[in-house]
Amino acid sequence: MKYLILIHGNQQWREAFASMPAGDRQHGLDAYDALTQALNDSGELVAAAPLADPTQTLRPGGGRGAAPDGPFAEAKEYIAGFYLVDCDGPERALEIAGRIPEASEGMVEVRPTMDLSAFDW
Amino acid sequence: MSTSGLAAIVREQAPAVLATLIRRNRDFAASEDALQEALVAAFDQWPRQGVPDNPRGWLLTVARRRLIEQVRRDAARRARERRVATTAPPGPTATPSRDDSLHLFLLCCHPALSRPAQVALTLRAVGGLTTAEIARAHLVPEATIAQRVSRAKRTIAAKGSSFGVVTDGELGERLDAVSMVLYLIFTEGHVASSGDAVDRVDLSAEAIRLTRLLHAARPDAEVTGLLALMLLTDARRAARTTPTGDLVTLADQDRSLWDADKLREGLTLTRHALTTGAPGPYQLQAGIAALHAEAPDAAATDWAQILALYNLLVAMAPGPLVWVHRAVAVAEVHGPQHGLEALAALEAGDPDMACNHRLLAVRAHLLARTGDASGARAGFLAASRATLSLPEQRHLLRLADSLADAGSDT
Repeated sequence: MKYLILIHGNQQWREAFASMPAGDRQHGLDAYDALTQALNDSGELVAAAPLADPTQTLRPGGGRGAAPDGPFAEAKEYIAGFYLVDCDGPERALEIAGRIPEASEGMVEVRPTMDLSAFDW
Repeated sequence: MSTSGLAAIVREQAPAVLATLIRRNRDFAASEDALQEALVAAFDQWPRQGVPDNPRGWLLTVARRRLIEQVRRDAARRARERRVATTAPPGPTATPSRDDSLHLFLLCCHPALSRPAQVALTLRAVGGLTTAEIARAHLVPEATIAQRVSRAKRTIAAKGSSFGVVTDGELGERLDAVSMVLYLIFTEGHVASSGDAVDRVDLSAEAIRLTRLLHAARPDAEVTGLLALMLLTDARRAARTTPTGDLVTLADQDRSLWDADKLREGLTLTRHALTTGAPGPYQLQAGIAALHAEAPDAAATDWAQILALYNLLVAMAPGPLVWVHRAVAVAEVHGPQHGLEALAALEAGDPDMACNHRLLAVRAHLLARTGDASGARAGFLAASRATLSLPEQRHLLRLADSLADAGSDT
């Protein structure tokens, strides 16, 4: 079962992170490294990446950065990064997501992916 | 002999040889290395000298020699050398026994391994698939599967030689795990025919092949039932989806598209299992699939008999989905209202089921049959939001649309 673990971010969180003591910041980054390494070792990691600042967003049809209006207007929250994992089930996906530092802030969500399974019933 | 002909022989023999090596040597990684070297030797010599009369014995002998050489070469591995040296070598023509295949299945599905690891290792070690093939079949990067397999092997190695030993008392439980892994591989292969299926290993066919191996090693009634269930289900494959990948429900399938050979074999196995052993969940599910298979058309289905089997199944292996399917049989035998009552009772006992897409879809079907088109439409829409299957979602949305056309949109 594949799950996309989305890590949300916002301006406040980013500023809070930037103003943390260097040691605390490193602690958070280490937690990410450890998680990525563990998922790699267990063979559950499909892909993972932090996403560039929303000002770098590209849009087909022109426009760049956080759009002033449209469907994503006033997006105070943005996607800061993701993990795509292939694991045993929802319990395990939640366990993985819980290891992301932002999880304690309620900024992590787990989205099951859809597949092409075709039963007749 | 052509390379593909050789490859077919190798694929047929390699897992059994690996099973014997691991059984005797208890070192998964070293056994696999030795087998690889034996295969290289076979690809080198067989085209020139011809395939030996007993290819399996040939591979086993060469692999065992390589294993011993490898151990001797590596002075740091003295402990392993002692182990190999004290194990009585088989004669040069020794062939792997059925016990060895069973042992390899049990090793690959050891409870210390996660389910995805059990699946990957079974496909790799028993199925002889490459990591690249397993990765493509699961739509994940090859590195993910390579890591999964090597970690599983490390876990086995770390547990030492006691890892593979199974007491008689454990055997039933361990066989259940093997059956579950095989069934999981089978259902993973159960995908709509559209999409990027080209070049992917057919996991359903692979699961059937592996279950045949297990059945040869251990032909008990539940393993027979499992094989029968897979054959009867797979027989309907061509009828299950339209050429564009749309789902066709059992009742609407063109039964002339069902695979007659698979049905015949599945029916024979089902009858054999149900009349010889104590009934178990796989046999009962095979029995239900057999009743569908025997009906010349949907209207002729023996629902009373299917309901009787579901009643046995819920007593033996109760699961929410079994209860949902039983409700379908109740509705067919006693009318949709009774089916709806069965679903309501299920939901009352397990609130999580309220958002289960199967339950929602079945209820919508039953509501449609009672004439409640708007309730049915809402139900199909809710089910379409709850499913994780893309073809199923499209199917449920079509059903919802067809009710909107009837003028019952709310």
